[in-house]
Amino acid sequence: MGMFDPLKGFGVTFATMFKKVVTEQYPEDFYPSAPRWHGRHQLNRHPDGLEKCVGCELCAWACPADAIFVEGADNTEEERYSPGERYGFDYQINYLRCIGCGLCIEACPTRSLTMVNFYELADDDRRKLIYTKEDLMAPLLPGMEEPPHPMRLGENEQDYYVQGPELARGRGVPEGETVETSKEEAIQ
Amino acid sequence: MGLEEKLPSGVLLASVEKLANWSRQSSLWPATFGLACCAIEMMTSGGPRYDLSRFGMEVFRASPRQADLMIVAGRVSQKMAPVLRQIYDQMSEPKWVLSMGVCASSGGMFNNYAIVQGVDHIVPVDMYLPGCPPRPEMLIDAIMKLHEKIKHEPMGPNRAKLKAEKGEELALPPSSVAHASAKTRDERLRTVPPNEVEGKRSSTIPLQLLEER
Repeated sequence: MGMFDPLKGFGVTFATMFKKVVTEQYPEDFYPSAPRWHGRHQLNRHPDGLEKCVGCELCAWACPADAIFVEGADNTEEERYSPGERYGFDYQINYLRCIGCGLCIEACPTRSLTMVNFYELADDDRRKLIYTKEDLMAPLLPGMEEPPHPMRLGENEQDYYVQGPELARGRGVPEGETVETSKEEAIQ
Repeated sequence: MGLEEKLPSGVLLASVEKLANWSRQSSLWPATFGLACCAIEMMTSGGPRYDLSRFGMEVFRASPRQADLMIVAGRVSQKMAPVLRQIYDQMSEPKWVLSMGVCASSGGMFNNYAIVQGVDHIVPVDMYLPGCPPRPEMLIDAIMKLHEKIKHEPMGPNRAKLKAEKGEELALPPSSVAHASAKTRDERLRTVPPNEVEGKRSSTIPLQLLEER
């Protein structure tokens, strides 16, 4: 212990006054999470607005917290929600169970389920935190149409899966944009 | 509590209510109740980068009598439940509970005999915060939403009755939209999923449907 050690301590305090402030002013300024951050889910659409979900329940089976409930139903010619045979009739995610591990995203065979990096989910009601299909569905982009409607982009579901990106361009989605997720924000 | 329950509601008490709520909201003192990994994020929120002291709540009280917000951070085991309830009972009125993380809110992925399936089995919860664990911004967001709730809390049964008659539901939009400056607000609105902005999503499950199952 030297004689000047107590003064050195004050020196640190004094020097800190001239350093850049590290505090994030969060609610006033927004700081986006990392682009691939596991936030809220989103159910995607094909470029013509038909749903990608086929109601296979693989996400529900993969979920370690049992947070997802899916009920499939058959498409008919009059009422078509997705290309192919089946669609997700009921889809619920309980955000009070979901741990954001992303296993459901890995399990999804059609990339219907993805995550966006929205995270401000807190609410005062348990019931409101069970998100239903309407809450999770991706917004309609230009060129999309609310289902039910017939397949606009091909004869069968094969066309939808094989030529997805070209069909998206044809529907007016610009180059470099995707119909899959919302815009990813990167940390500046 | 006292006088405000006996007097008819009027202009004076409405202003008193606003003042009381404002003072309560702007210096919430949290009681530490860190039980698991969520507590690490809670401590980070108190640190220099996220700095909860901006909202008058930097000191996490170890004594329940000096605290009015209990942040239950982490999974509550059956053995911890009576302790948690006792701490809650020792806190002086008015008091609020924030259930931080999925484990505290509903048991999360630990659906087993050892974990209480939601801290609202033991104490009344005012704000649920999902996430595993929620990032510090999410905790601040939940606290801002709780501030909003406290701000509109009725004082005494007369005011409560009046508010119930009006039947307005309190909207809780994402904090980064609600508190954004006029300049950045529009830009922020564009990046938020559209149905989150209203504060209420387009649909919640109707009770009727739940009962049918």
